[in-house]
Amino acid sequence: MEISKKDVDYVASLARLEFNEKDKESLTKQLGSILNYIEKIKEVDTSKIEPTSHGASGENFWREDTVIKSSQGTIDAIFKNAPDKEADFFKVKKVMDNEEE
Amino acid sequence: MNEIIKMSATTLAEKIKNKELTSVEVTQSFIKRAKETDPKIKAYISITEEYAINQAKESDKKIASGAKIGELEGVPIAIKDNILIENVKMTASSKILENYTAPYDATVIEKLKKAGAVFVGKTNLDEFAMGSSTENSAFFTTKNPWNTEHIPGGSSGGSASAVSAMTAPLALGTDTGGSIRQPASCCGIVGLKPTYGRVSRFGAVAFASSLDQIGPMSKTVEDAALLLNIIAGFDKKDSTSINVPVPNYLDTIKQDIKGLKIGLPKEYFIDGLDPDVKKSIEKAIEIYKKSGAEFVEISLPHTDYAVAVYYIICCSEASANLARYDGVRYGFRAECDNLLDEYQKSRGQGFGSEVKRRIMLGTYALSAGYYDAYYGKAQKVRTLIKQDFENAFKTVDLILTPSSPTPAFKIGEKSSDPLQMYLSDIFTISCNLAAVPGMSIPCGFSEKGIPIGMQLLAKNFDEQTMFKAAYSYQQATDWHKQFPNI
Repeated sequence: MEISKKDVDYVASLARLEFNEKDKESLTKQLGSILNYIEKIKEVDTSKIEPTSHGASGENFWREDTVIKSSQGTIDAIFKNAPDKEADFFKVKKVMDNEEE
Repeated sequence: MNEIIKMSATTLAEKIKNKELTSVEVTQSFIKRAKETDPKIKAYISITEEYAINQAKESDKKIASGAKIGELEGVPIAIKDNILIENVKMTASSKILENYTAPYDATVIEKLKKAGAVFVGKTNLDEFAMGSSTENSAFFTTKNPWNTEHIPGGSSGGSASAVSAMTAPLALGTDTGGSIRQPASCCGIVGLKPTYGRVSRFGAVAFASSLDQIGPMSKTVEDAALLLNIIAGFDKKDSTSINVPVPNYLDTIKQDIKGLKIGLPKEYFIDGLDPDVKKSIEKAIEIYKKSGAEFVEISLPHTDYAVAVYYIICCSEASANLARYDGVRYGFRAECDNLLDEYQKSRGQGFGSEVKRRIMLGTYALSAGYYDAYYGKAQKVRTLIKQDFENAFKTVDLILTPSSPTPAFKIGEKSSDPLQMYLSDIFTISCNLAAVPGMSIPCGFSEKGIPIGMQLLAKNFDEQTMFKAAYSYQQATDWHKQFPNI
């Protein structure tokens, strides 16, 4: 399986990961060799096989969709981890440009 | 050497309960030991001394007052640093969570608090539990207490080293593809991955949600059973935990194993197996035969595809699970002018190279045009791997294999080649794909004095049979009574 640097750029943008040029080069090689190894699953005939998404074949677990209030202590503890905040909100950089102003 | 640190958790619980020892005395002994040995071993990211001593004092008060006490009252335990303890730092050995403090308790921690356990520290791991040696930790590499030039295994290498070096009698680990069993094997201790759904993962950092389980690590088989008794059970906060009654694993542990049928999968006894490992496993089989167990050769025909299937599935799930680290609600944020740059730089700088490699592989396997060929295909081959086990368990009660193809390798030996590192998990990952429980117990040493582990695998929710067989072997041997010289 050949992986190009263009593929790496595309996947990195999907994954929201920034890499420097040197890392991109080694990633291109490493991903190529891992994918080469992984290719071997193609040998297996799975035409009549259902997929397994997780190990335990249980039924779906249902519960009422009710709000369980957190204590103010928990809320404060959660906001203590926030890189930036205002009142009880997480603060982020602007998402859109102001062209239409 | 202080005798307390050599005692099992079962013995310590008994002696604290009977007021032969106080919890403060016990806790201080382990912390003193950790302070002496950890500069060399580096098992802990943080030793939570103040927290532990406060808990120990509470336990001693409870015992003195005659109040009702828990099964682990006053007994120390080390916790892998990807499990949340309220108000304690939790890093997952990642720079992205370097300054994160847990706002709540994981369900297993809640249960341990009720049982009276004392938390002595948070242990090192490969970043986000991705690795087999702790070399992927963003902070440092843990050393194997039997030989500090060797890896302790991973990803729960800190927990395994902590127990092996006698800085804690018990530890919790997490196991996605062998991350409890392989380090247990490397460090000469007991480690168990419960059946998928047996233990709640609420409050454990998600890596690959269809595979992750939390499990016990200990010096003896009884201690692992005692700890599983406490942490097992349905939890409405983890919708993948399963509502199956939890037996008392200690009730059946001493039962006779006469007539027990154990399968030896021919795919696991291959040419590449290290001769010391082979010898130890053959000796273990002889011991089992003397105890009345019967051996049958079995086949798990899709074993050869397990590593490939595992890396597609775990990386795909990791790429989705780790999308939450975006520098918005918690974790590292690289300051930029706009949100997209902030995402890319925060993640690019905050994650280490193995984590990024796996996110890339997973994103690729899930991307348009490749989903069916990789993720979809891997899920189907996973069904075949699961069926291999179902078929095998029609004729045998347990499966016995080496835990790892070689004893612990040297630090640096495989760190430059990710694929070689992945292949060192070859004997442990099928178990996670099939959801069955698995356990590693010590079964000898290599010529160079590095521990060797044997793996037992059982049917879903049949940890009881596994414990019984492990205990029987332990009683016939003295590996659990040997301690590293550090």
